[in-house]
Amino acid sequence: MAAGEEESLRLLGLHVSPFALRARMALAFKGVSYEYIEEDLFHKSELLLSSNPVHKKVPVLIHNGRPVCESLVIVQYVDELFAGPNILPADPYERAIARFWAAYIDDKLFPAWVGVMRATTEEDRGEKLKETYAALQNLEKAFSECGNGKSFGGDSVGYLDLALGCFLPWFVALRMMFGVEVIGAANTPLLAAWAERFGETTVAKEVLPEPGEAVAYAKKLQAHRASLNK
Amino acid sequence: MAGEKKQGLQLLDFWVSPFGQRCRIALAEKGLPYEYLEQDLGNKSELLLRSNPIHKKIPVLLHDGRPVCESLIIVQYIDEAFAPASLLPSDPYARAQARFWADYVDKKLYDCGTRLWKLKAGEPAQAQARKEMIEILKTLEEGALGDKEFFDGDAFGFLDLVVVPFTSWFLTYERHGEFSVEKECPRITAWAKRCGERESVAKTLSPPEKVYEFVGAMKKRFGIE
Repeated sequence: MAAGEEESLRLLGLHVSPFALRARMALAFKGVSYEYIEEDLFHKSELLLSSNPVHKKVPVLIHNGRPVCESLVIVQYVDELFAGPNILPADPYERAIARFWAAYIDDKLFPAWVGVMRATTEEDRGEKLKETYAALQNLEKAFSECGNGKSFGGDSVGYLDLALGCFLPWFVALRMMFGVEVIGAANTPLLAAWAERFGETTVAKEVLPEPGEAVAYAKKLQAHRASLNK
Repeated sequence: MAGEKKQGLQLLDFWVSPFGQRCRIALAEKGLPYEYLEQDLGNKSELLLRSNPIHKKIPVLLHDGRPVCESLIIVQYIDEAFAPASLLPSDPYARAQARFWADYVDKKLYDCGTRLWKLKAGEPAQAQARKEMIEILKTLEEGALGDKEFFDGDAFGFLDLVVVPFTSWFLTYERHGEFSVEKECPRITAWAKRCGERESVAKTLSPPEKVYEFVGAMKKRFGIE
């Protein structure tokens, strides 16, 4: 940023949204300051609706008045725009691998664990848990093949750390709510070790909420859904 | 030969796949020679299963034997691995917009189109799919294309090649949904014609009637009529 240049950065988010957390962790990692605006997703603001008319979702990064939507798009944008260590690796093949697993996390892992939370019967919950474990097994294998034993990104926090790390408070929340261990040392030892290491990073400590907050929000969502079904 | 890594570029693909076509157009735009390997999706090859064990889908790009999967990831890889990067916009904000809309297309267009031809005509779910398809095309026209010549601006680029293979499917969508893309989205129609004048696109896209035939054959196989 040139001296004297006015740079305005705002992030519309939700304190427990894993996707908003990704964006916030990327900004924290780059050491960039921004204005954080907490959205009430039950009463979406004009700003949110006008900034993301297509999906009407958080996060939205508004940079000098121009919106960027979709968490992974925001992370890449932040990575490309701001100086500092890379979030995505520099090598094109490694970038392709990172993008592949981030897409997998969003397309397969996310719907599965959300399904665990939203299930209305024990049977449904069991099904979704199976899917969650299957997805995590694939990630565990990927980790053993390309995570160099420290973190997905290597020596420092990387793209996949952010893509998966944002779910960690929710995984603990699922343990608190349903007694299920999503990332456990028995099933996925590499991921379990990674989760512990990631939790100790500055970025995680600065940005990730307490699991209790995720539990509280889940209860709020449940109550809201119940009230709609009356 | 066992153990020997194949050099160069190979594309595991299926002739009518719009996702595969994105990769073919990208390779053509970059002037990159490659070996095209048509896959039998009813009887998947060892090579495909080994290269994409997670999804077992095409397209897969093999570069010196190393697989890259997922069409949008393949296209970005092609752009980044073979400098200079010419497919994605050079400006970070424009790049973010291109990625956003590519994600939108992947989340919405293909699935809606599939519902449109798979569901029985006259059923409420099919009518819903028709309504959604028109909405999706209009959203692309208003939000992504606007008044520009190409999705990417003045020149054909990433987002154009992401969307253009689906233009071969418009005829199929129109016949199943009983609507006219030209009537609903004249600018998209004009853009499609413009892209069709490009050699990489003209040589890659399946003729719309062939797509319609293909879908007809799929419907027979699934017992839909």
